[in-house]
Amino acid sequence: MGWFKRSKENISPDSIKRDIPDGQWVKCTKCDEIIHIKQLEMNRWVCYKCNFHFRIGSKEYFSFLFDEGTFKETNRKMRSVDMLKFVDTKKYIDRINSTIKQTNLYDAIRTGAGKIGGIKVSIACMDFKFIGGSMGSVVGEKIARAAKVSLDEKIPFIIISQSGGARMMEAAFSLMQLAKTSAYLARLAEAKIPYISILTDPTTGGTTASYAMLGDVIMAEPDALIGFAGPRVIRETIGKDLPAGFQRSEFQQEHGFVDFVVNRKELREKLILVLEYLS
Amino acid sequence: MAANILDFEKPIVELENKIAEMKKGVYNHDISKELAQFEEKVTQIKKNIYSNLTRWQKVQLARHPERPYTLDYIYTLTKDFVELHGDRHYRDDKAIIGGFAKIDEYKVMIIGTQKGRDTKSNLYRNFGMANPEGYRKALRLMKLAEKFNKPVVTLIDTPGAYPGIEAEQNGQAEAIARNIFEMSRLRVPIIVVIIGEGASGGALGIGVGDRILMLENTWYSVISPESCSSILWRSWEYKEQAAEALKLTAPDLLEFGIIDKIIPEPFGGAHKDHNAMAEILKGQLKIELADLIKVKPDKLVQSRLEKFDKMGIFEE
Ligand SMILES: [Zn+2]
Repeated sequence: MGWFKRSKENISPDSIKRDIPDGQWVKCTKCDEIIHIKQLEMNRWVCYKCNFHFRIGSKEYFSFLFDEGTFKETNRKMRSVDMLKFVDTKKYIDRINSTIKQTNLYDAIRTGAGKIGGIKVSIACMDFKFIGGSMGSVVGEKIARAAKVSLDEKIPFIIISQSGGARMMEAAFSLMQLAKTSAYLARLAEAKIPYISILTDPTTGGTTASYAMLGDVIMAEPDALIGFAGPRVIRETIGKDLPAGFQRSEFQQEHGFVDFVVNRKELREKLILVLEYLS
Repeated sequence: MAANILDFEKPIVELENKIAEMKKGVYNHDISKELAQFEEKVTQIKKNIYSNLTRWQKVQLARHPERPYTLDYIYTLTKDFVELHGDRHYRDDKAIIGGFAKIDEYKVMIIGTQKGRDTKSNLYRNFGMANPEGYRKALRLMKLAEKFNKPVVTLIDTPGAYPGIEAEQNGQAEAIARNIFEMSRLRVPIIVVIIGEGASGGALGIGVGDRILMLENTWYSVISPESCSSILWRSWEYKEQAAEALKLTAPDLLEFGIIDKIIPEPFGGAHKDHNAMAEILKGQLKIELADLIKVKPDKLVQSRLEKFDKMGIFEE
């Protein structure tokens, strides 16, 4: 739940600001290089100097993954309902409404279908900027429906994860989305329909403990935080500092939980290659 | 013992102690009338307190250190238990136990998270917080049950999956995800019972099934009230409010359609009478088992998918 923690003492390697700030020129978080926004976009939001992957959202992923003009969004306006009348320091309903206004998104995921290298796929892509990419009822339902499109049309399914985990303000409902989404993926597996999971920074909590870890092939962008418990929680539990590179993509590949790490600039090409093998 | 009395139980305990003292004393007049009045008062207070528990008080009851744990249920409500150890990959996790057992005429695979009662046993059981090998052991036993057509019963009482370096290194997330995935298509009945704490993915890792039951004084949610407080309020002090906001009690979840049934506990909580609690649970398990073993595997799996598919509230 990295999104909630923005206290000053918490600026540590696991909370590096990856989002792209406004303006024409951007300073790379990692190497301080000043890069023009157009140049960054052409390089798929990867620093040409140090390879730092800026955090991007569904809009950007869809823009370079699909064959031009083939992507069609589904269930765009599905939105959360404050079933529990959840109030913390703010009412959940106000949080939803202000986030929708701020981000121009309706929830933390967008779905649709289109062609990648001529292969038709159904896709779901999460957006971290919507309440920390948290998984609630809308994320669960949209994944379920997108999976159903794959089942019905017998086309591969892809999820791009970017999430702090389950959405607390939907309490038990959000927990049940782990079961709901996984059950659909089990159906895809029985029907032998390929499911590819793409992990970006960060992928933690309930998202990792369900669909993110269930891909036939799992790929991850470089240096993305991927884990179940967040680094802060682990640090507090064990009372020790965490080793360098802990829970990063390369660590997950080394420990056997990610098939390969892929640079965003090669993501589309690698995806096409894998899709060809799985079809 | 005194340390195990919850705050809201204090008025009851005080009165009960007073009555016990009165009974021991020697009097030159008849105190039976007075005594009866006190006893009446205790009953009244108990009724008042236990029927008006706040959500946080129920969380406290769910964590009561004298509550029956998985092994207590196994020893009282099943017989011929054969414990099966290990995940066949790495090691045996002591926080999740499982094996074959008989519930009267039913042969089942019973699996549950296990807490300890004192510091030593809690260290041994890792406070009921499982590691990946625990979830993988549970899955191995469930696949074994499927192979030999035995229903699965899981008992959940965990503050969460263990958040440690080794746990992450060994794929805590993958282990839980795999279990959820496989449980959603397991071709034998699965009955899930929350017997204490049901915290997040650590609970759901053995918590997907055809019937989800909760004991009366337990909680089940995506996060504990304390962690929720620390994240949303940035302080550990708001656990009561967090418990209210999360709506994590059995009646809440029954209302939301997330669980199927609430299992009543003996008056004052399961810890007051282990045997009575086990008897009640046994009766409920037999009702569900009788029902579920009649269902064909295809139908069972299809209904399970539909059950979880319905969970979620949104608008279009
Ligand atoms: Zn750079």
